[in-house]
Amino acid sequence: MPKGFDMTFSLKALAVALGLAAGAALAPAPALAAGEAVKLPDVRFSFNGIFGHFDRASAQRGFQVYQEVCANCHAMHQLSYRNLREIGLSDAEVRGIAATVQIVDGPNDEGQMFERPGRPSDRFRKPFANEKAARAANNGAYPPDLSVIVKARENGAAYLYALLTGYEDPPADVTLMEGMHYNKYFAGHQIAMAAPLNEGQVEFHDGTQASVEQLARDVTQFLAWAAEPELEQRKAMGVKIVLFLTILGGLVYAVKRKVWADVH
Amino acid sequence: MASGLHKSEVSNPVLRWIDARLPVVTMMQKEYGTFPTPRNFNYFWNFGALAMVNLLIMIVTGIFLSMHYTAHVHYAFDSVERIMRDVNYGWLLRYVHANGASMFFIVVYIHIWRGLYYGSYKAPRELLWMLGVVIFLLMMATAFMGYVLPWGQMSFWGATVITNLFSALPLIGQDIVVWLWGGFSVDNPTLNRFFSLHYLLPFVIFGVVFLHVAALHITGSNNPLGIDPKGPQDTLPFHPYYTAKDSVGLVAYFAFFAILVFFFPNMLGHPDNYIPANPLVTPAHIVPEWYFLPFYAILRAVPDKLGGVVLMFASIAILFVLPWLDTSPVRSMRFRPLARPFLFTWLVSFFVLLYCGGMPAEEPYVTISRVATAYYFLYFLVILPLLGRLERPLPLPESIARPVLRGGGPLPAGAVGKPMEKA
Repeated sequence: MPKGFDMTFSLKALAVALGLAAGAALAPAPALAAGEAVKLPDVRFSFNGIFGHFDRASAQRGFQVYQEVCANCHAMHQLSYRNLREIGLSDAEVRGIAATVQIVDGPNDEGQMFERPGRPSDRFRKPFANEKAARAANNGAYPPDLSVIVKARENGAAYLYALLTGYEDPPADVTLMEGMHYNKYFAGHQIAMAAPLNEGQVEFHDGTQASVEQLARDVTQFLAWAAEPELEQRKAMGVKIVLFLTILGGLVYAVKRKVWADVH
Repeated sequence: MASGLHKSEVSNPVLRWIDARLPVVTMMQKEYGTFPTPRNFNYFWNFGALAMVNLLIMIVTGIFLSMHYTAHVHYAFDSVERIMRDVNYGWLLRYVHANGASMFFIVVYIHIWRGLYYGSYKAPRELLWMLGVVIFLLMMATAFMGYVLPWGQMSFWGATVITNLFSALPLIGQDIVVWLWGGFSVDNPTLNRFFSLHYLLPFVIFGVVFLHVAALHITGSNNPLGIDPKGPQDTLPFHPYYTAKDSVGLVAYFAFFAILVFFFPNMLGHPDNYIPANPLVTPAHIVPEWYFLPFYAILRAVPDKLGGVVLMFASIAILFVLPWLDTSPVRSMRFRPLARPFLFTWLVSFFVLLYCGGMPAEEPYVTISRVATAYYFLYFLVILPLLGRLERPLPLPESIARPVLRGGGPLPAGAVGKPMEKA
């Protein structure tokens, strides 16, 4: 959306504003969240479009990236391990993944809390006990929960992919604050998170080359699924309903013409 | 037939037994069956029925959502996400409800525009119109409180900004704000009462809608020509003519609604509302839902806080007195060549305000908002009252039947070829 809309008031500006107002009627709010608008790289994801669906293999690799990289700092507390079955992991795999973490449960009959291996019904384990602990470990910054991060950012998946691949050396005229990193897509360009993805950082089970772009693409696919697990069902239902309503609309209109035929 | 019973003409014996004692069947037949309706409605006349359907959709989805929602600052956000993930078709319920609010305002704005363009607020429909404005105000209150319930960042900060408006009132302002909050900031008591009121107000709306429809069935509907039906040749029974025509609009409405819900469910929302509320972090730009933006722009157009609040409320309150501000006896803008461009300019000012309300409070938006706000009020307070005296309206048609029937003689310029006039 237009930023730096630098124009003094004139009839022309009013005319421009009018044209935009028509668009604003449909999408006014999203105009605001982003900082200076930097054009996002043009990436297409399998879940875009009206027939969108998740790429299971990519989402599984993305989960691996999350687990091995992101999960050290970022929680995803809306998700349970059982949800991973939806991206094509088997029961046994899910059980195995859950069992790798220790979950505090209790109190038991003696009134004591105890640790046990995770179960598919457990929520994803949080890396920190609370926000204070997270900030203390991260130079004062709070790594946000990633459960719905794709819905919580302007341009969702495209922005996330851009952010993850948008680290670069700061321009000469920019002085970074201590502990900050330069990212061309982050609002204000100074982000506390160091570049999280490095080439070859994750060894994918299926042999996919772990370039930074591939890692970013896969983890974005995974996070998009995590934010909108209903997406496939929703879009498939939408296609059917719109088709149904189109046919029904034709029939209803024909009925209306027939009813009104004697009036005209 | 025993005396004291209603003389029912229903043939089914069971229904007749009921109808004789409680003539609901007769009433429905009279009000929605044979009800004489002007024969020349265009599709703008669909939107009252659509608003009614929309209200019912909101109430039904809302009741089911409230079965799963937890009105507590610690659980509200997560309970909404649980609805999205673990409740059967919870995502559908929530997206229909959230987008249903937007649909409701789209429908009602078009419905209000219909009233403005065809002069439906004029005698004898003043009270009908005023009840409509009451519904609109109740809708705004309900929608605002509903947006607070998911307890995201925009929920919290929107609630903070809007409730703080009352602090602009002299002397008692601050006390009123504390009373509204139930504490010294927007917190759990605020969320609880907003949930309670959000559940209550739709039923109040339902009651006022009943009065709105009752008043409508006394005066009868206005029509695109704005002239009164002069006899049976000018009207049609509501059923099957307008049930059929409303059905066409209803399917189109459902299709639009479905595209929003199934393909763009978050387009009209703000991404920040998927960030849990945090009283310590203020979002870069706090914006209300799109349907409040014109009024938000009016609020911000005034440099003085109290002045802004007063003007914002006045922008809606002015609708209550509109029937008396418009001094022209001619209802339909089709026959008001001078008033028509002024009304369209008013519509433009409304959209300009809607756009500016979503922009940061900086130039050039502030100046544009001021110009648009000035025109918004100028139209009601100066232009309409004056035009009634200055304008020479076009000759009105003799009756509804004549210009509608083919070959009905020469027509006034505005009476044909309207894009919505397919019927």
